[in-house]
Amino acid sequence: MTPSTELHDLTVAELAAHLRSRQVSAVEAAQHFLARAQSHAHLGAFLDTNPEVTLAQARAADARLAAGTAGALEGVPLAHKDIFVTRDFATTAGSKMLDGYHSPFDATVVSRLGAGVAGGAPGAGMVTLGKLNCDEFAMGSANENSAFHPVKNPWNTTRTPGGSSGGSAAAVAARLAPAATGTDTGGSIRQPASFCGVTGIKPTYGRASRYGMVAFASSLDQAGPLARTAQDCALLLSAMCGPDPDRDATSLDVPAEDFTRTLDADISGLRIGVPAEFFGEGLAPDVRAAVDAALKEYEALGARLVPISLPRTELSIPVYYIIAPAEASSNLSRFDGVKFGHRAKNFKDLNDMYEQTRAEGFGDEVKRRIMIGTYVLSHGYYDAYYLQAQKIRRMIADDFQQAFQQCDVIAGPVAPTVAWELGGHGNDPLADYLADIFTLPASLAGLPGMSLPVGFGAGNMPVGLQLIGNHLSESRLLNVAHRFQQATDWHTRRPQGI
Amino acid sequence: MTDTKSVAQKSLLVRGYEVVIGFETHAQLSTQSKIFSRAATAFGAEPNTQACAVDLALPGTLPVMNKGAVERAIELGLALGSHIAPRSIFARKNYFYPDLPKGYQISQFEIPVVQGGSVEFYLGDEKKSVRLVRAHLEEDAGKSLHEDFIGQTGIDLNRAGTPLLEIVTEPDMRSTAEAVAYAKELHKIVTWIGICDGNMQEGSFRCDANVSVRKPGEPLGTRREIKNLNSFKFMQQAIDYEIRWQIDELEDGRAIQQATVLFNPDNGETRAMRSKEDAADYRYFPDPDLPPLVIAPEWVERVRAGMTELPRVMAARFVTDYGLSDYDATALTQSREVAAYFEAAAQACGQPKLVGNWIMGEISRRLNATESDISACPVTPTQLGQLVSRIQDGTISNNAAKQVMDVLWAEPQAQVDAVIETKGLKQMNDTGALEKIVDAVLAANPKNVTEFRAGNAKALNALVGQIMKGSQGKANPQQVNDLLKQKLAG
Amino acid sequence: MSLTLADIDRLAHLARLGLQPEERTRLCSQLNDFFGIVEKMRAVDTSGVVPLAHPVDVSGDMALRLRDDVASEPNQRDANQQSAPAVESGLFLVPKVIE
Repeated sequence: MTPSTELHDLTVAELAAHLRSRQVSAVEAAQHFLARAQSHAHLGAFLDTNPEVTLAQARAADARLAAGTAGALEGVPLAHKDIFVTRDFATTAGSKMLDGYHSPFDATVVSRLGAGVAGGAPGAGMVTLGKLNCDEFAMGSANENSAFHPVKNPWNTTRTPGGSSGGSAAAVAARLAPAATGTDTGGSIRQPASFCGVTGIKPTYGRASRYGMVAFASSLDQAGPLARTAQDCALLLSAMCGPDPDRDATSLDVPAEDFTRTLDADISGLRIGVPAEFFGEGLAPDVRAAVDAALKEYEALGARLVPISLPRTELSIPVYYIIAPAEASSNLSRFDGVKFGHRAKNFKDLNDMYEQTRAEGFGDEVKRRIMIGTYVLSHGYYDAYYLQAQKIRRMIADDFQQAFQQCDVIAGPVAPTVAWELGGHGNDPLADYLADIFTLPASLAGLPGMSLPVGFGAGNMPVGLQLIGNHLSESRLLNVAHRFQQATDWHTRRPQGI
Repeated sequence: MTDTKSVAQKSLLVRGYEVVIGFETHAQLSTQSKIFSRAATAFGAEPNTQACAVDLALPGTLPVMNKGAVERAIELGLALGSHIAPRSIFARKNYFYPDLPKGYQISQFEIPVVQGGSVEFYLGDEKKSVRLVRAHLEEDAGKSLHEDFIGQTGIDLNRAGTPLLEIVTEPDMRSTAEAVAYAKELHKIVTWIGICDGNMQEGSFRCDANVSVRKPGEPLGTRREIKNLNSFKFMQQAIDYEIRWQIDELEDGRAIQQATVLFNPDNGETRAMRSKEDAADYRYFPDPDLPPLVIAPEWVERVRAGMTELPRVMAARFVTDYGLSDYDATALTQSREVAAYFEAAAQACGQPKLVGNWIMGEISRRLNATESDISACPVTPTQLGQLVSRIQDGTISNNAAKQVMDVLWAEPQAQVDAVIETKGLKQMNDTGALEKIVDAVLAANPKNVTEFRAGNAKALNALVGQIMKGSQGKANPQQVNDLLKQKLAG
Repeated sequence: MSLTLADIDRLAHLARLGLQPEERTRLCSQLNDFFGIVEKMRAVDTSGVVPLAHPVDVSGDMALRLRDDVASEPNQRDANQQSAPAVESGLFLVPKVIE
């Protein structure tokens, strides 16, 4: 390793190579990143670390490296969004409700990236640094709904890192971890990746097992990686994905895939669909400028821009904010103070125990969504709201299939603006909902989507470009993003002082 | 629900009211593992030792459907002539209760796996048919233990996630007797095809009865649901009491309020439960964790091919193959054991009707006396076959055969023919000897002879009696009759 | 249509959320704001459209994967109850349930 480059400046691919060639040990790498996490605690990215566990994992990785039984990413440090349950770290999902909760098992994604599924296939061998902050139960767009503390954006600590995977994006941007896991229900990987200037991908719904992800909206939740490059995302995604027939009935029967295989494929002739609805007056000029420049760069790389229409883009907001809360209101019923988690200290009777426990354990946004979800499923309103939303969801999915007749991938902004000031949206939940407009359609359709850094907007805050592909086209998306990163250096920029 | 049947159906009124009963039965399916997890379903384990992370709804857990539960649902559908839905949907039924770990029960709502069909049975000698609305798959809840903890309730979730089939009928039953007969028939079918162990004490077969009463011709009355009837005896008592109670209420001018009631075996009364709140609003919606359950026709046929002969199919076969009446055929297919015993004995002697009569008569009378079933019968089908053959070939009379049965019952090793010999039960088939007795009797009773010739048939019986007496019961009655007629005609 | 405080109370009870007085009123206006943007959705003509419950079920032929009936979960009561608020002799304790 050349003395000029620090460990934390290496990409996942580079670190993996250094570890394989034994230029650096897994323990050294783990110690280096644990120290950085500590020295950057003010960012609020981590919710739990456990150096003993991390170093034990690192020693095991070094042993496998020595024994020649190393996994694909053996010894490379990684941090998990606190939505994934872990045996060796507390799991809170950003909620008081689960303060101090310890899961008796690891999420499938955690096992696959780590030492492997018990009794199953060996894992990638990555070492867990700790658990990352997020919006409570992944409900939010600014990470301000964490029950513990907000996360600061490394590019400007008065700004939000985005949400709900804000801790993941901030940790990667500040180089506290070479990569992190996130979850995306309505944009929770893509939007924070964009706000923090890192690369993140949400695969096709069903690609990665949801087993061990604290459920928010079951028909939308998907796990995905955040890292600095498309190549690193490809490496992690290859390890994360694959069927989980024994644990998740919605995981697809699609064999694990090496998403790095076609990273370098030529993209000349690529048809990039540009949806008019993503470039309306809602889009801030600074973001638009950066996105337009990126599209020009793609033309320079030989791609062709095709104007397309996703006519129900605006409808995706009410549709999503009915379906997701409906599922959430049911998924969160298990938090009742009986089997695990918080239980109120004082109560009159069983019903009072339920009501006090849930009133104390849940934050405002979670309560709001539980109320909305309960309402749209309640007697007399189901057809008008939930069923109607599911029908328009089908129309939105069909719109995409129409569009993919004319193009190979779709490109546009991730969010209408750059990261806003912490507290910027004040007490206006609707403002957050409306800001999700460009990420919701792909989520509703179960399509893979990603964000890659393509420039800077107002206040020198990063701007991301969103790429959306058809079902199971992750290889294509990563290839398209990788070629861009081969030709540009936006993804290599680092926040000041990092 | 359609109610055309009640018009057609002959209904027995109670104090001028027609009784209307529908059933909802929860049958626990006899799978090894739970419906959505790999935890065991065995009964009686230590609290919460068979409740895995999925059953406890720990954060991050998801349901994965048990194929064995679906197969059993298909079997029931085939047994009852139902439609097996090629595509059915699992839905969430949302409500809070400590024994419901997820805060919702995974069930089927709009599209159940088993649709329609009927349960057919005899009530006395009247054939009844109760139509099914549906049977759907769902998960059982845990158990609340109210004892032992001062002011608190203990929750055991071992039962949570046990697969259930909820079997729902139309309100087709018109009497307690018919309701109990239906429940017994359904119990017979699920145990016969082996999808449920039928253990009512352990709650494997739980019946809820929806009971209402009305004046004939009036629309359906308000129903009350009697929950968790866990024995046929209590079922009988509870429904009888409920009918009386509802009629009393109406007669006293009070309207019936819809309610869920529990039966108290101690005082034989039903009382309304503290109504479960939110019962009105379960917020059903398709479970996003479970894609549609698809059952291909090939799968249904594979299951059909692997199923044992169903009671009503077997009964029909008994009618055609053995020439039994519908009634006898049904009685002899009450259980697989009885049916097997009958077939073995019938084939041993080729006298199915006689064998049937003996099983339904002498044998069941003896078994009932000791409240035991056919499996405890000391007489083997082969022995019964031999016995019936001896009656058939005239060696012994019916009365003599009963004496043989007494011996066989006492000493299972005994041989039929040996018993006949040693007890000297053979009928006298030697015409010469018989003729002597006949002539003697005729000579001794000229009065009866003239009366008979005068056309008084009764006189003949008197003579027959004399002759049987003279032969110490060994004469073959048929032979005696023939011989007499022939002589008196002369 | 607009939600009243009575609706809020009904929903809060269905969801077992004990709300403070000011929470009630705040939620009431916030939910009404939200359902303002929902009105547009209600107006859409969706006649003949099949609801999409599973996002990858675009073709409509997605089928539930089934597992074989095998009981293989070991007893992990202690691990499973490590975060339980109240346990006695293996049972979860709750305030008395009256039927």
